Amino acid sequence: MPSNQLPLKLLILLGLSTALIALGSILGSTGVDWHFADANRIILFEIRLPRSIGAYLAGALLGLAGAIAQSLFRNPLADPYLLGSASGALLGVGIILCLSSVGDSSIISLIGINGGAFAGALLGVLAALLLAGGYKSSLRLLLSGVVIGVIFGAANSLLTFVRPDLYQSLQSFMLGNTALITWNAALIMGMALSFCVVLTLLLSPVLSALSLGENTARTLGLPLDQLRLLLIGILALATGFAVAQTGLIAFVGLAAPHLVRHISGGRQRAQLILSTISGGILLLGSDLLARSIFAPLEIPVGIITAVLGGSYLLYLLRRGQIGMKK
Amino acid sequence: MKLQDLSVYRGPCEVLSNLSIEIPKGKWTSIIGPNGAGKSSLLQGLTNILPSKGQISIEGVDIQTLSSKQRARSIAWLAQNNDAAEEFSELTVYDTVMLGRIPHQSWLHLPSHHDHHVVQQVLLKTHTQSIATRFLHELSGGEKQRVLLARLLAVEADILLMDEPLTNLDPPHQADWLIWQRELLSQGKTLVTVLHEIQYALRADHLVMIKEGMLHFEGASNDPKTHQALIALFEGRIRLEKLGNEWLSLPA
Repeated sequence: MPSNQLPLKLLILLGLSTALIALGSILGSTGVDWHFADANRIILFEIRLPRSIGAYLAGALLGLAGAIAQSLFRNPLADPYLLGSASGALLGVGIILCLSSVGDSSIISLIGINGGAFAGALLGVLAALLLAGGYKSSLRLLLSGVVIGVIFGAANSLLTFVRPDLYQSLQSFMLGNTALITWNAALIMGMALSFCVVLTLLLSPVLSALSLGENTARTLGLPLDQLRLLLIGILALATGFAVAQTGLIAFVGLAAPHLVRHISGGRQRAQLILSTISGGILLLGSDLLARSIFAPLEIPVGIITAVLGGSYLLYLLRRGQIGMKK
Repeated sequence: MKLQDLSVYRGPCEVLSNLSIEIPKGKWTSIIGPNGAGKSSLLQGLTNILPSKGQISIEGVDIQTLSSKQRARSIAWLAQNNDAAEEFSELTVYDTVMLGRIPHQSWLHLPSHHDHHVVQQVLLKTHTQSIATRFLHELSGGEKQRVLLARLLAVEADILLMDEPLTNLDPPHQADWLIWQRELLSQGKTLVTVLHEIQYALRADHLVMIKEGMLHFEGASNDPKTHQALIALFEGRIRLEKLGNEWLSLPA
């Protein structure tokens, strides 16, 4: 059995994750804060810590969703943002916000938003698949995802037109924002992440088998149609729960699996776990940048991930790591 | 394995009609036919990749009564090289071969010690142990084909279906392949191959010829009647010559 020093790599990434969460907790609008007065303790434990952990968990959910999408559709460009599931989730959030006057952060309202985001994400990815006539053509799937993103984006604009009072909330979701993550939101994302990771790891042989082609996977006795649907459900759940708390965060799901591809040693389970962790690191790292670049002003984290992720995508395209099947 | 009135469908088209043949147990059967005759479709019908009508039975047991895992443990299939979607395969050679153990594994379990042992054995047999840690997409066509063959052997099925297994193999590895065939036959395996290389197909025990989705002829590979049918199958454009104990196919 080939060894690839996976435990050591895992330990390093987890150490980096812990360091970033700690940094996120002491990083204030005026820089790093080493003195913990009583007032600061409330800021630290009620605002910065849940925000840092929440941002990490949202990134981890998106990293996992990206790893599932890329393996499931055998498409290196698949990610929740490009597949239409993130824009679907955003539309779901918009509709729930429209239907109810959700303003507080009680668990019930969080579940409402999460449920709407999950349903929207599922609808988005299924619509992109339907429009592309399946998943066999990377290019068609990608274009269909973009089309779905545009259509759902237009529907969201219509919502803000009908309900101008929701403009600010929806805008915050569209740009991606971690500032409002509470302990409840972090808890919900933590539960969703645990559920999604465990289920995906159990289903990982399906993803491995699919990389040899659909026909070979079928001859291994796998009920592919049902399992593929289940994996799409997990993808939508992970995307939906991340979008419901942080809004649209572009490219984390795309970049995270690519960043760890060489260190996972070609192991599907390792790839899934490492993508999850690197997604968390990417989003939390971007969040720290968003908080410090123009401090004390804070820019939406979605802008940072879009710039970083977009540049990384261009880099991958130029290096020829991403091919296009017609 | 017995096929009775087997029809295979690709989308709405019937690509194989009412085929009734018996594939002898523990022997090597080679399916031959011109391009588009339905050879690959036959193998895909047997593995449930393509929908089929009619009856397929193994030692009197209708395979429809088997669970998908039981069926996968009984019949293993090697795709044509270009069917395997390695374009975006991130798997290492070792993990690719381990996929052959899926029919033996339950969902919640990691590969067992026995699974690892079987994988090591087939890596050794197919001369792929030295590339076990490399990624599938980094390999040459011939190396890849040997890895996919190792994946097939790892299933440890009694019936092995191989669709153009010699594609991309250089002559020394084609010779190795013949040795493996004989070894597998000595272990009591039933082999069914689709081969374009007629001189290799003629080394099988039994030939099944298919033309335009119908059975053209079946018989022992050393029977003169089979040779006549083979020449007729290719409209007299080939001739068969004997060299030592082997038959060779040459252009007419």
